[in-house]
Amino acid sequence: MKTPIYMDNHATTPLDPRVLDAMMPYLTDRFGNAASRNHSFGWEAEEAVERARKQIADLAGAGPKEIVFTSGATESNNLAIKGVAEMYAEKGDHIITAATEHKAVLDTCKRLEKRGCRITWLGVGPDGLIDLDALASAITDRTILISIMYANNEIGVIQPVREIGRIAKERGVLFHCDATQAVGKAPVNVIEDGIDLMSISAHKMYGPKGVGALYVRRKNPRVQLTAQMDGGGHERGMRSGTLNVPGIVGLGEACAICQREMAEESARLRALRDRLKSLIEAGLDEVYVNGSMEHRLPNNLNMSFAYVEGESLLMGMKDVAVSSGSACTSATLEPSYVLKALGVGEDLAHTSIRFGLGRFNTEEEVDYVAARVIEVVTKLRELSPLYEMAKEGVDLKSMQWATD
Amino acid sequence: MAYSEKVLDHYNNPRNVGSLDKGDPNVGTGMVGAPECGDVMKLQLKVDPQTGIIEDAKFKTFGCGSAIASSSLATEMVKGRTLDQALEIRNTQIVSELSLPPVKIHCSVLAEDAIKAAINDYKKKQAARRAAD
Repeated sequence: MKTPIYMDNHATTPLDPRVLDAMMPYLTDRFGNAASRNHSFGWEAEEAVERARKQIADLAGAGPKEIVFTSGATESNNLAIKGVAEMYAEKGDHIITAATEHKAVLDTCKRLEKRGCRITWLGVGPDGLIDLDALASAITDRTILISIMYANNEIGVIQPVREIGRIAKERGVLFHCDATQAVGKAPVNVIEDGIDLMSISAHKMYGPKGVGALYVRRKNPRVQLTAQMDGGGHERGMRSGTLNVPGIVGLGEACAICQREMAEESARLRALRDRLKSLIEAGLDEVYVNGSMEHRLPNNLNMSFAYVEGESLLMGMKDVAVSSGSACTSATLEPSYVLKALGVGEDLAHTSIRFGLGRFNTEEEVDYVAARVIEVVTKLRELSPLYEMAKEGVDLKSMQWATD
Repeated sequence: MAYSEKVLDHYNNPRNVGSLDKGDPNVGTGMVGAPECGDVMKLQLKVDPQTGIIEDAKFKTFGCGSAIASSSLATEMVKGRTLDQALEIRNTQIVSELSLPPVKIHCSVLAEDAIKAAINDYKKKQAARRAAD
């Protein structure tokens, strides 16, 4: 077993060597511009792009012409939400989203709010799921878009996407779904799920960084977008810019591998994840899972370790790469807004760790990580005045803390 | 973020971890911070009643590595000082000793506050004792 162990696969995934093999010719000999129409360099690049388009469409249950290549899911989210808001401005100006969305959706909506759109921010329950009745009653005749993610990047909780799609269709509202964490890991299908626009990223599914896609439905209904990038009119005018051919080939191959192996891989990762959870729970008291275990990606575990601050826990296991919802690990010095939305107290949010299992993790690694977590949490609890007080029976919630 | 060697050293080998008897009249206890903020420091001092010198110090900290290191260092700094000398300890000394980056300065501030709170507690206890005599 090699250290450090990578178990942060919601942040990014390693490139699958098979994906790199597929990309390599397009980084070397086959360097053509897919938009060059009059020589073989262009033709072979275009052929590769179209093959990838079909691989992506097949995985998502879409048609190849419904795939628009972008630089990644952040761009896809921006293009979908801003593109719809501008295109359908005459129809309405109201967008519904949820408090636990990725910043690429939240901040895009905030920008639109400044430009005069009205945004509804749905809350979530302690399980991390939105309330479908709240969604339905938030829709007005001015609503043009619902943007709800498939699976959350911190807690892995899977939203009731199919029901959201059904409500959207019934009310004649477009449904954008940020499926960055779900595609390739859960059986995403734009037809069955009733999704009109869907964001995809390559580097979350063992493809390269810097490439992604936006699914844009072509019939029932035909979705139109205002382009956010002006230029040569690539991608049916929706996203100008020379196509990143090697990246696109990599995304396509990553999708093809996921399609072949997803069933087996999900079962394997679910077993590893459950093993990690039960080992930790057997070794430590007062650990809490954040979000629904039932509606969750098979590779995600998000736990709070009461009385132990997250960054100090990460510091104690430097040979394990995971992430924390603690304020000290974030750029904003605020603890995770996702956990906050679930109603997790800030005290417990500071103690949360996200484990993201991936294709290349082994059972041996899981056992090692569980042992390290137990060891370091135990050590830090010996250092923790809160643990000492809790053991003495002091109710920490009723304490008067000297806050600034 | 990369941690300085000294922060790592205090984190890996924290000095003076533990608790002193809160009920001992010669022990002062300072508890600062809040769980919601991600930092709680408990710092205790034991004062020699004859000499007024801090003869022992213990800490427990809930917080990041820099918070643990700051309080560990604080216990080392106060030992052997008089109360007045201990009150002269400034957070900036902790910052420079541990090479704390700007985002971790609040950890050193908390450690200075913990020292002051412990001394304050000790003084209150002594005053109450004198009043009772």
